[in-house]
Amino acid sequence: MNDLVTIDNLHFSRGDRTIYEGISLNIPKGKTVAVMGPSGIGKTTLLRLIGGQLKPDSGDILFKGQSIPSMSRTSLYKARRQMSMLFQSGALFTDMSVFDNVAFPLREHTNLSESLIRLMVLMKLQSVGLRGAADLMPSELSGGMARRAALARAIALDPELILYDEPFAGQDPISMGVLVKLIKELNDALNLTSVVVTHDVTEVMSIADYVYILADKHIIGSGTPQEIKQSESELVQQFLHGQADGPVPFHFPANTLEDELLLTGGTK
Amino acid sequence: MKALVSLGASTLDRIAALGRATAILTGALFAKPTPMKSFPLVLKQIYVVGVQSLLIILVSGLFIGMVMALQAYTVLVSYGAEDSLGPMVALSLLRELGPVVTALLFAGRAGSALTAEIGLMKATEQLSSLEMMAIDPLRRVIAPRFWAGVISMPLLAIIFSTVGILGGHAVGVDWLGVDSGSYWSIMQATVEFNQDVVNGIIKSLVFAFVVTWIAVFKGYDAVPTSEGISKATTQTVVHSSLAILGLDFVLTALMFGTY
Ligand SMILES: Nc1ncnc2c1ncn2[C@@H]1O[C@H](COP(=O)(O)OP(=O)(O)OP(=O)(O)O)[C@@H](O)[C@H]1O
Ligand SMILES: [Mg+2]
Repeated sequence: MNDLVTIDNLHFSRGDRTIYEGISLNIPKGKTVAVMGPSGIGKTTLLRLIGGQLKPDSGDILFKGQSIPSMSRTSLYKARRQMSMLFQSGALFTDMSVFDNVAFPLREHTNLSESLIRLMVLMKLQSVGLRGAADLMPSELSGGMARRAALARAIALDPELILYDEPFAGQDPISMGVLVKLIKELNDALNLTSVVVTHDVTEVMSIADYVYILADKHIIGSGTPQEIKQSESELVQQFLHGQADGPVPFHFPANTLEDELLLTGGTK
Repeated sequence: MKALVSLGASTLDRIAALGRATAILTGALFAKPTPMKSFPLVLKQIYVVGVQSLLIILVSGLFIGMVMALQAYTVLVSYGAEDSLGPMVALSLLRELGPVVTALLFAGRAGSALTAEIGLMKATEQLSSLEMMAIDPLRRVIAPRFWAGVISMPLLAIIFSTVGILGGHAVGVDWLGVDSGSYWSIMQATVEFNQDVVNGIIKSLVFAFVVTWIAVFKGYDAVPTSEGISKATTQTVVHSSLAILGLDFVLTALMFGTY
């Protein structure tokens, strides 16, 4: 039982649409776990379930052995202090500068002196290459810069668990390399546990200790990067090599294109 | 039958919305107070919500006072009662126009802005990200804005009435030639502090509570899309205005009705 997070037979649906039909996975302490899967499959949803922002229909999510869905509000907020999440959109506070954004969790949750906070913030910004941008407002950042600033904010308090939602999206090869290294270093140096949701197969394979691949409401493949690469599952291979044809559907569920075109054509 | 079903459904929707609104209000009102951190936040919001509404309040107050004096003078002078211009202007402003017009302007100027701001924070996941940082958005975002509204509006209403009375003086005394001494002294003799000034402030407090509540709720409850936010903003102004006028009637009946 060295798992920081355990997900057990989780079912979840949005309205009539089932997103998860009984998935189970473990996130061992101190490891980097990658979650991959087609767009719209529910990866962000999974992170929100772990963070307690959504409640599963059934099944359980344990954080340090405690059930997140059945926690009281107070204990949920206590548990959230030990985790942090990098949102897909960054979600920087638009009414404060990059510096204040990164300083925000420190100011809210600690009683550190302003000079110490300044030091810590500048160090975090340095590690994502944005120290020079400290005084800019979020609206003055590019998409990739905003993502990195949000990353600096997410790691400001050195939480035990970091949930990264697409940390590499919109990064050039150099910043991508820096971020991959940063996530790895956080893991090694501070023994943080990371969950990385991403589409960048090669990058994540180089840092992940364990990989889960989601498709069609289930986990279709899991294992160490080595095992995944050698997996014989057609589904997994299709995903890794980015083939449009195969068992994993690329399209959001719909009628066949022919039907749809004929239908709209017919009504004229 | 269908009509009945949809009536029932929309009634249930309303009741559910009222429940959510109450939950947000209690969450904001009874959020664990952290004076050292909350106070600067409230001050900042008072600046945004209150101070930045000052100009429109000053200008409107001045013109409404001037128009009132002009209108009242033409009626009063035909009875030779133009000396009563002072109390006429002062009473209408303190009891009615000050609180009501301020609240209407406030809903349009600050309420809509509050809704749009909070709705946009929701749409850009800023509220979610606060939650994930273990910071209660009701305490951090909603409560300061709510208190700032409740504090600012009565002050704005007082300023509105004051400027209006000065505007009335400008037109009545300086232009139309009513005696300045009687403008002030009859006003002083007629206006009662409890009956007129305090009741006006109570009205304004009630309006402030309701308008700010509607504004923050509509923002927090908005569908997080551009369309949802624009709808929520419109609803804030419409619902607030209706609530102000309806409540004004009830409060006036309770305070000044003689039955
Ligand atoms: N607020 C919502 N209301 C209803 N349905 C939603 C909502 N958010 C997401 N969904 C649905 O849930 C499904 C999973 O969404 P999610 O955002 O978790 O996907 P994702 O795997 O993160 O995709 P991507 O890789 O594109 O970010 C989607 O099909 C979407 O249609
Ligand atoms: Mg996503």
